[in-house]
Amino acid sequence: MPDQLKIETDVDVCMGTGVCALTAPAVFTQREDDGTVIVRVATPGAELHEVTQAAAYNCPSGAIRLNVSETP
Amino acid sequence: MVEMIPEIHGLPMTRSCPFDPPDELSELREQAPLSRLIFPDGHRGWLVTNHALARTVLADPRFSNRNEFRHWPVERARTQTRHVPTLPGMFSRLDPPEYTRYRRLLAGQFTVRRMATLEPRITEIADACVDEMLRVGPPADLQRDFAVPIPSQMICELIGVPLEDREAFLERTNVLVDMKSTSTGSGHAWAYIHDYVRKLVAAKRADPGEDLLSGLTESDLTDEELTGAGVTLIVAGLESTANMIALGIHALLQNPDQLALLLDDMTLLENAIEELVRYQTIIHIGPFRGALEDVELEGVQVKRGEVVLVSLPAANRDPLRFDDPDRLDLRRTTTGHVGFGHGIHQCIGQQLARAELRIGYSVLLRRLPGLRVTLPPEEIAMRHDMGVYGVKSLPVEWDA
Ligand code: SF4
Repeated sequence: MPDQLKIETDVDVCMGTGVCALTAPAVFTQREDDGTVIVRVATPGAELHEVTQAAAYNCPSGAIRLNVSETP
Repeated sequence: MVEMIPEIHGLPMTRSCPFDPPDELSELREQAPLSRLIFPDGHRGWLVTNHALARTVLADPRFSNRNEFRHWPVERARTQTRHVPTLPGMFSRLDPPEYTRYRRLLAGQFTVRRMATLEPRITEIADACVDEMLRVGPPADLQRDFAVPIPSQMICELIGVPLEDREAFLERTNVLVDMKSTSTGSGHAWAYIHDYVRKLVAAKRADPGEDLLSGLTESDLTDEELTGAGVTLIVAGLESTANMIALGIHALLQNPDQLALLLDDMTLLENAIEELVRYQTIIHIGPFRGALEDVELEGVQVKRGEVVLVSLPAANRDPLRFDDPDRLDLRRTTTGHVGFGHGIHQCIGQQLARAELRIGYSVLLRRLPGLRVTLPPEEIAMRHDMGVYGVKSLPVEWDA
């Protein structure tokens, strides 16, 4: 069974680099005024898992956490 | 354990190949991720050469980026400036929470979406540069005629510096990043820039325009803080991307198979830029971080007050992270490269830099077919003694 991915972000930690929005534009965008992260889809489908994981790894400030759980 | 830690005096700077970091750095990395680095002023600090540890250190809040912790890892003509507190507004040298305050104010100006709105303007500037190159040449100096004008014009427009003052700035920022500049020389350059921006801030307060500095006058930053922030953005904007544009195209032209790949499929361009930024990591002295407390890294005790220097070029060539790292491979996965740094201080202008590189390269390759460097790589003068690596000039010609 494919894993389920749940995204959690911490805007207090986010520095607004936009790396996430660039790596996975379908999943992340940025707030207009301070550039901090906005999650478009909190539980992205399997086809978005790879880019979401890349975005989390690329995020320089560690503001993106991914919770992986097995779907029953 | 302790005797296994390699020790070196000063950061190695001599490159056997202009595109590769100094060989000593890979040798050190093979021995250990962390080496003892004896700074020219006698400070006993550390050098990180491996990718995983570079990311760890740069993301660790127990390390400070404040000026007070700075020691220079290379000999400089000017005297050491350590223990001078960070000036107001020089946000890149602040720690949270002060740093965060600036980053919040500025990040909105450099978002992915915001940069997309600048693309037509970047294209116009790039096209104008090529028009001029075509009018005068071939040949041309790609650094002077193309790589420098694009980012410097963009940063001036963004911040609100009148274009006619750009040259004066370029001259001074060059002095600031030059390790051979004397204290007096860099003092003058510094005073000029600081003074200019201070007056500019006053002018924007009195008569705001559409630019970033005008926008920031509405925040709670004082004039002094605004000046420091403005200086930081201008110096960074003038000295970095220009070098990446020219050095990147140089590397691309030296790797004809890769260039052919790109010309065949321009959708590769975005990935190509990430790879070029990885391959040619232009920040080759620093970042530095000072330990705010004793920190254990890889089983080694880093003592409070000791400086850890992270070599981004070495980290980006780490074979544990990138297969065959010394090969330019435009199709590789570059995830996690540290070409823009890592951690909360990661480059604030990186989306602008990406847009300038992407547009710059596509205009250049489209409009100047057969573009080639007229000298062999060993005859191209490199900026090895500058804080930002690159070419001093890049003589090129093309099919007329
Ligand atoms: S990559 Fe990280 S720091 Fe940058 S905008 Fe996204 S969440 Fe914020």
